[in-house]
Amino acid sequence: MKEQGAGIELPERKAGHSFIQEVQDRCGENIRLCYQCLKCTAGCPTAPYMDFNPNTIIRMIQWGLKQEVLESKAIWLCVSCEACGTRCPNEIDIGVLMDALREMSLEQGYRAREKGIVALHNAFMASIRRGGRVHEATMLMEYKLRSRDYWTDLIPGMKLFMKGKIPLFPRRINGMDSIREMYRKALKKAETKRG
Amino acid sequence: MGEIGDVVHSEDYIYMCSDPGQLLIRNAIREEGLEGVVVACCSPSMHETTFRKAVKSEGLNPYLCEIANIREQCSWVHRGDEELATQKAAEIIRSVLEKMRQNETLETLTMPLTKRVLVIGGGIAGITASIDLADGGYEVILVERQPSVGGRLLQLSQTFPHLDDARCILGPKRGEIANHPKIKVMRYCEVEEVKGFIGNFDVRMRHKPSYVDWDKCSACGVCLERCPVEIPSEFEMGLKARKAIYTWAPAGDSGKPVIDRGRCRHFTDENCTICEEVCPERAIDYHQQERLSEERVGAIVVATGYDLFPVEMIGEYGYGKVPDVIDGLAFERMLSPLGPTGGEIRRPSDGRIPRDVVFIQCVASRDPERYMPYCSRVCCMYTAKQAKLLKRKVPGAQPYIFFMDIRTDSKGYEQFLQQTIEEEELIYLRGRVARVFREGDKVTVWGEDTLANRKVEVHADMVVLATALVPSQGIQDLAAKLRATTDKHGFLTEAHIKLYPVESPTKGIFLAGCGQGPKDITDTVAQASATASKIQALFSQDVLFQDPLVAFVDPEICSGCGLCVHVCPYEAREMDEYRRISRVHEALCQGCGACIAACPNNACELRNSKATQVFGMIEVFEEKRKRGSVNEGTRSGN
Amino acid sequence: MTSIFITLAYLSVLAIMGLLIYVIGFTAYSLVFGKPGRGTSAKRIAAHEGGEMYSYFPGCTSHSTAVEYDLSTKAVLKTLGVELVEIDDWNCCGAAAVHSMNRFLSLCLPARNIAMAQKRDLELVVPCAGCFNMLKRAERALKTDLDARREIESTIGFTYREDLTIRALIDMVVTGIGFRRIEERVQRPLAGLKVASYYGCALVRHPKTTQLDDPENPQYLDKLMGTLGATPVEWSYKTDCCGADLALTHGAAVVKLVNKIVGMAKEAGAQCLVCSCGLCQINLEMRQDVNALGLPVFYFTELMGVAFGLKGTDWWAKHMINPSALLGSLDLR
Repeated sequence: MKEQGAGIELPERKAGHSFIQEVQDRCGENIRLCYQCLKCTAGCPTAPYMDFNPNTIIRMIQWGLKQEVLESKAIWLCVSCEACGTRCPNEIDIGVLMDALREMSLEQGYRAREKGIVALHNAFMASIRRGGRVHEATMLMEYKLRSRDYWTDLIPGMKLFMKGKIPLFPRRINGMDSIREMYRKALKKAETKRG
Repeated sequence: MGEIGDVVHSEDYIYMCSDPGQLLIRNAIREEGLEGVVVACCSPSMHETTFRKAVKSEGLNPYLCEIANIREQCSWVHRGDEELATQKAAEIIRSVLEKMRQNETLETLTMPLTKRVLVIGGGIAGITASIDLADGGYEVILVERQPSVGGRLLQLSQTFPHLDDARCILGPKRGEIANHPKIKVMRYCEVEEVKGFIGNFDVRMRHKPSYVDWDKCSACGVCLERCPVEIPSEFEMGLKARKAIYTWAPAGDSGKPVIDRGRCRHFTDENCTICEEVCPERAIDYHQQERLSEERVGAIVVATGYDLFPVEMIGEYGYGKVPDVIDGLAFERMLSPLGPTGGEIRRPSDGRIPRDVVFIQCVASRDPERYMPYCSRVCCMYTAKQAKLLKRKVPGAQPYIFFMDIRTDSKGYEQFLQQTIEEEELIYLRGRVARVFREGDKVTVWGEDTLANRKVEVHADMVVLATALVPSQGIQDLAAKLRATTDKHGFLTEAHIKLYPVESPTKGIFLAGCGQGPKDITDTVAQASATASKIQALFSQDVLFQDPLVAFVDPEICSGCGLCVHVCPYEAREMDEYRRISRVHEALCQGCGACIAACPNNACELRNSKATQVFGMIEVFEEKRKRGSVNEGTRSGN
Repeated sequence: MTSIFITLAYLSVLAIMGLLIYVIGFTAYSLVFGKPGRGTSAKRIAAHEGGEMYSYFPGCTSHSTAVEYDLSTKAVLKTLGVELVEIDDWNCCGAAAVHSMNRFLSLCLPARNIAMAQKRDLELVVPCAGCFNMLKRAERALKTDLDARREIESTIGFTYREDLTIRALIDMVVTGIGFRRIEERVQRPLAGLKVASYYGCALVRHPKTTQLDDPENPQYLDKLMGTLGATPVEWSYKTDCCGADLALTHGAAVVKLVNKIVGMAKEAGAQCLVCSCGLCQINLEMRQDVNALGLPVFYFTELMGVAFGLKGTDWWAKHMINPSALLGSLDLR
């Protein structure tokens, strides 16, 4: 499933601030240090399912291929297990990098080719927003509706419910003001970056 | 073995080569008045010297001590066949005994030794060796075929990894050789002929006519200005012109000028005398002749350096016809403050300052099919250095470096490289470049980046090729004169790649620098110092010692046919014209035995391996067979 | 007569309708807004004399998919004389979803828990590896990024005191309580139980964040199992990620990852796995090829409970792969 993208012509017509600088400022990782040893990809559990390997993503950032990177599936398939960051000889924490790329992708409105995970994360965040803690039942319901994936895991889900592991009613904490304030600020940050 | 007639003493000890073992031998010699010793043990190349020394210390002639190899040639190759192997061991020992019975007492040969050194090549290798040897108290003759010493280092800008100015490294060294009382520098001079052997080389040198009296010349440079002829400068790698009368390096390097006879209009047809007229010191002398001189030296250091594989031979990168495609040395000239562009980076085609510069590593290196199979060792480092210096001079430039691998194997190199990549924002693309060609006023480069799995097309302003290091032009001729061996690429071969890397198999010839193989300045200097050290060891005695196990001629039988002279690979045989017989040059003879086989009259023999001795040894093995022994099953050939 | 009947009937219909409306409305309201009012108050567990006290962050799964972890933790620690004080009004740590979407939010959510925990002078203990990782990330940011710290503090309204120690539960058990005390409590050594210790990723990586054990070959769980009398097996997939919440979106990928991990455990001779994270446990059991492998996955506190001989501590029915058969075969049920 690995992609070979179209050829690159250099020098790129870079408009203003370059992509690599943007990414580096955002995540604080020194992307330029990567010398493509591929240790990260070698130890990544989800690399076989990605459209670009982690090292390739870094390469693409080094080359300013912003659209391809921010629309890729790869950045969403990263589960932040940090096997890469722990082992990188140049101390580049790819988990942190992936977080930054995901944020940038959302803020700047790129159409990710990976829809399911985005839907799941959104449902999760909404659940916390409602009550301060995640309520699995309503969260999963929202995820199913967003992703239009109704039938997966229906039986295992019922099994869990029968074992009493899916509480029926959600809870709400007292400090909802604090939670709401966090969300408000966080979303405002995202807005300003989009601009 | 003790039962054999003339064996009066036989002994068995587990480590005969150790001190107690040797003591056993010595005691036996002393107590029993032995006249010969056979040690049955491992290969002679291991401990023959040890045992001969022990024997000599008891007053017995060392050449009456022989080794019977029952290890490498018997027990190690016949494992599993112990009984037969033991029988064979017995035979081996008896055959050596047979040989020993006819051994002569011999004395080690001595030869005279001239403690002077010839250094061929005035680059950093030659200069280093010269200074080390001269400081050690020996006279050195340094021969350089160009008008100035300094070699390639004169052409470089700054060296990795510390970015020292090349002239700052070289300057003091050149000063030293100019002033050293023990060093005689012969510029614009080439080696014409070499005769002789280690300790006694007779070298003839050809001093090329410069047509300028260097004693009178004040290096004012007026002749250079006024000469009407322009030729692409070899020193400037074609980026600038020189005149027919020229100094090797740019002004400021204090070389004296020479006239290129082949291009000078005075010599060709037109009788131009402009330089003679304008010279204020009247130093021009069109009638200068080449002259020959002779020197006798004891050792020769070959430090002839390298050239770069010519861009003109590389079709996929333009055959040298694209002006903005240059090689590494040309870029060094551009970077040099006294260079053809005054230290500015400018495109050769139109003089503009380039922004996008492509550097291609491994050009004609690591290319067994079409060019050189070896790695040239210095290109990864100097490319990174050049990219860094480019960015210092042109802050807006973007270097792109195409590579296969990055080899940074010396101290500080890896750190230099990583730091440079990070600081200068270099772009490294992994993949060889397929084509370079001109498109409009840009140079298009077609490559691939395996790491991003993409094809890459760069529209560059300039392309710098890190071409392969090849041995200096003329090396094969020189090697032939020295009787030194070269490999198929022209690099001088070393006696042993691991154990004797600074000397040629030809005794007395020592190797320093890129003439032996591509290397950087650090390794070159180390190797040059090593040659000096080796030569000083050689000169530590007043005579040279040689094993006497060489060929000799029975003058009564020799018919003077001369076959042995042709056959000898070491040029150790010559005809005595007066007596019409053949002579052996014992110092050169290596005891290979070719002449013995060639001699139709059996006039030639090898000391202590005469025909009778050898036949005697064979008889021992034959005996067993004749008696119809069990050895039927064993392979023949012993 | 009829008018009374009709009135009564009418009132009862109204009542029923009202009741229905109330029930539906309440359900709908709960679904959207959650149960009003009650947050959680601090729960105390009867302390034994001379025991120590820790703040406790249960995490969202402690009442849902990892309920047996929570129950076994409390039971076991009670036996060891350790008191857990649930922190006031804790909120979700954010988990993988939030840090993937918004960094600022992913720091604020756990930071609020830190703020709550700071109210007491106790070390904070976190059972779930994921929550632990999020809290440590927030701690690291608060300690090293001055700008982020100011913004977080002002958003939540607290001042970060650098003296709060955040520990994973396994770390607290191994280094806080110590093997000697645990050994004293072992009534029924888990003899013959070959167990593969699974640490997962969040507990040990990034080492600069978690600072727990060795990231390539951790030993805490292994040593603990040894202390309980079980046999920890040597195997190479201790810290390989289970796939986390990709289970919901890319089930096939997680099945592959999980089967590899469990398969390797089985090959190393294990009969079960032990872990310290709700998501790992559920993924490893739910996504396993039960026919081919069928290895149950315990929380380490469950095994501690078995070894301590605690009664009423069989939450085996809550597992997706019931371990009763395995325990029975070793006479440990």
